[in-house]
Amino acid sequence: MVTIREYKKSESLEEAWELNQKKSNRILGGMLWLRQGNNVIQTAIDLSGLGLDTIEETDKEFRIGCMVSLRELEQHAGLTKYTGGAMREALRHIVGVQFRNLATVGGSIFGRFGFSDVLTMFLTMDSYVELYKGGIVSLEEFAKSKPDNDILVRLIVKKEQVHFAYQSVRNTQTDFPVLTCGAAKLADGSYRFAIGARPGRAVLFHGIPENLVTGTNLRGSAEYRKHLADVLVKRTTKLLDEANMTGEER
Amino acid sequence: MQKVNIIIEVNGKKISEAIEPDMTLFDFVRAHGCYSVKCGCETSNCGLCTVFLEDKPVLSCSVLAVRADEKRVTTLEGLQEEAAEFGAFIADQGAEQCGFCNPGLIMNALALFREIEFPTEEEIKEYLSGNLCRCSGYEGQLRGIQDFLSWKKEKGVRA
Repeated sequence: MVTIREYKKSESLEEAWELNQKKSNRILGGMLWLRQGNNVIQTAIDLSGLGLDTIEETDKEFRIGCMVSLRELEQHAGLTKYTGGAMREALRHIVGVQFRNLATVGGSIFGRFGFSDVLTMFLTMDSYVELYKGGIVSLEEFAKSKPDNDILVRLIVKKEQVHFAYQSVRNTQTDFPVLTCGAAKLADGSYRFAIGARPGRAVLFHGIPENLVTGTNLRGSAEYRKHLADVLVKRTTKLLDEANMTGEER
Repeated sequence: MQKVNIIIEVNGKKISEAIEPDMTLFDFVRAHGCYSVKCGCETSNCGLCTVFLEDKPVLSCSVLAVRADEKRVTTLEGLQEEAAEFGAFIADQGAEQCGFCNPGLIMNALALFREIEFPTEEEIKEYLSGNLCRCSGYEGQLRGIQDFLSWKKEKGVRA
């Protein structure tokens, strides 16, 4: 159970940031993960009144507000087209529609959760986070860093000449993944892979993954995960090569 | 705790109240007589507590009631006719034993029909995968849904 003593719907990012400097205060995302623990929160900070719930698409990039829901990402026509359906594939197994209508992309990425399909998919793309104080940082760097008291304002995905594929292995359809794999094939023929649910945080490989570090938990052993990673890398590579053959342009 | 003043429209009726900041929308609608809304898991997984928030199906156990301030909430109590029409097809299959998960399933199925008028079997399974039933294997529910859709198609009516 989570206990919240005060609730503040922020009127500005500055106000939210100031409140968030106190350790006992927390910014709310979709609250799906936050509510699972026994947390006592002095002030819950709500960013939902700041207009950060939109996806903007230009010729060069997507700008995705931190309060955009996973369901909105999954259903966005521009993202579906750009990722060749990989974004949708990454999200559709996450619990259920009702859950994804609540879970926010900001909460998923800021949490840098090991199990995150969302982090895996965004790492596969040329993604950046815009932090209120920290400015624009590559997601690859952000994914390695420790959570601090800054605010993730939005995600930026730079468009490339690229094809994407995404696959995960789950013990049951809507469970946490045992392993996740996002793959990209760039215009010069090179590949990029993000492997998550190792069960540690997703990591990015420029090229075929080597020296992947996996671990053991209830869902699978380190050895099993290594094996799965080889299989998913092969399968996604096959999907990407097929997509390339059809000469799809985007 | 500092109470928060909110106004939430539940099934067409505006309710204004001062509530605790950590009250969930689930507790709020139950406190206002919507007993169809159940809590089955406490881990945001089972779909029993499904309500519509501004017409979108959400897990009411995971929404702070303060975040529903000035918003519209619909529970099964507010969709009686629609629910009875569809629910009869689930009942005809004897799909469930205990029926505890039924209101959540009906709510999410109605959300599905609003989004996709005639969903395929795959679309049904994907949309309803977040609604757990611990008595059945979902086969009866699936048959009930398909019967309902054929009936709807024949009648040419929109659910």
